[in-house]
Amino acid sequence: MNVLHFIQQFFSDSAHWHGYDGIPTRLREHVQYSLIALGIAAAIGLPVGLVTGHTGRGGNSLALIATAARALPSFGLLVLMFVLLGLGHLPVMIPLVVLAVPPILVTTYEAMRSVDPSPVDAARGMGMAESRILFHVELPVALPLILSGLRSAAIQIVSTATIAAYVSLGGLGRYIVDGLYQRNYEKVVGGASLVAVLALVTLGFFWAVARLTVSPGVRRGH
Amino acid sequence: MSGLFEIPSDLQNTYWGLVVLHLRLALVPVAAGLLVALPLAQLCVRLRWLYPPVLWVTTVLYAVPSLAFFVVLIDYTGQTETTVMIPLAVYSLVVFVPALVDGVRSVPQETMDAATAMGLGPLRRYLQVQLPIAAPAIIAGLRVATVSSISLVSVGMLIGNQGGLGNLLNDGMIYHQPRLIWLSVIGTAVLAIAADAALVVLRTVLTPWMPRGRSAARPAPAEARPEPAAPVLKDAAR
Repeated sequence: MNVLHFIQQFFSDSAHWHGYDGIPTRLREHVQYSLIALGIAAAIGLPVGLVTGHTGRGGNSLALIATAARALPSFGLLVLMFVLLGLGHLPVMIPLVVLAVPPILVTTYEAMRSVDPSPVDAARGMGMAESRILFHVELPVALPLILSGLRSAAIQIVSTATIAAYVSLGGLGRYIVDGLYQRNYEKVVGGASLVAVLALVTLGFFWAVARLTVSPGVRRGH
Repeated sequence: MSGLFEIPSDLQNTYWGLVVLHLRLALVPVAAGLLVALPLAQLCVRLRWLYPPVLWVTTVLYAVPSLAFFVVLIDYTGQTETTVMIPLAVYSLVVFVPALVDGVRSVPQETMDAATAMGLGPLRRYLQVQLPIAAPAIIAGLRVATVSSISLVSVGMLIGNQGGLGNLLNDGMIYHQPRLIWLSVIGTAVLAIAADAALVVLRTVLTPWMPRGRSAARPAPAEARPEPAAPVLKDAAR
């Protein structure tokens, strides 16, 4: 009950809805950072994952990259980049992208590898070009898994972008970090609920994208 | 040598003390998560309709950012170790439940029948046949959960220095000592890699029937039903 009370107080305070520290501004910042980071990570991870998955080479080195990236502490990396590079967006974007590339890359690779080889062979026998096989045969079947890799990456980014408020990034994490310093628990819980909702919206977004883009035949197969 | 690991006195601990603290903060929740997941997964195996909603709930809980989870718990458990441990235990479920359910389900029916024919009751069959056969899957889950837990503990620093090695990050910032931040980042990464390696060793000890060497290091190809458990299992790091 207590927490709900704080949340209600936070949202009913009209001061939280205007200006540079208002909820719309912070939400926009958070979404913006997350989208940029996800965009860069996908631009790196998807092509590499698709090609390595299609050719089947480099699986071992990808597994190594995945383990190494998982071992890196995201928060520590964030603070380290901030200390080394100073204020700005770059020191925050580097850890966000570094953390998001491995899930996209590895899941895309695994997704392409897990495609049933017989339709691929059939397509090749029919004389389809390799690029057409990749995009018209393998990709539609691998899509659910690829999307789930993007989803893990997105959730990870939203979560880490929250922590990035500690190294002076904007976004919804500001409420939590500032609130903790000011001992303003109402602000802390308000920010936390916003972040949690944003994460769940992200989850829902990817669910919806999967519903719309995955072909019904593939979906039924799973 | 002693100067390298010297840390400010306000942390009221030594570097190695923080290492031990970090391990405790990370490993206790993973053990607790496994203890909760064992009966939960068994329930999901018995009652098939229960599995999708349980998976769904764990996925949703996993999506909640750690910092948000921590601060909401402050109201109930204060700025204590418990507040850090509860979310980590909850996050580990998203890895353990599918690993256990798929692991236990992968035991062939003939094997189960053979165990029954040998006179094993349900409990002994579970402990002596199903769990050992599911061991590789369970340890694969354990590796992901442990490594991400070790990485996440550092965030606990933000809620009143409950972050083990992560506590060094704040001191590094306020005293302008990059050395402390390096100590934290490298220390955490080394702990994670060491824990991962220890679990790989544990698997070879527990499953002597599995092939050794390079081929054993590669996990079995994912089953043909990846959504939504399998990818999370691979990438539960944050």
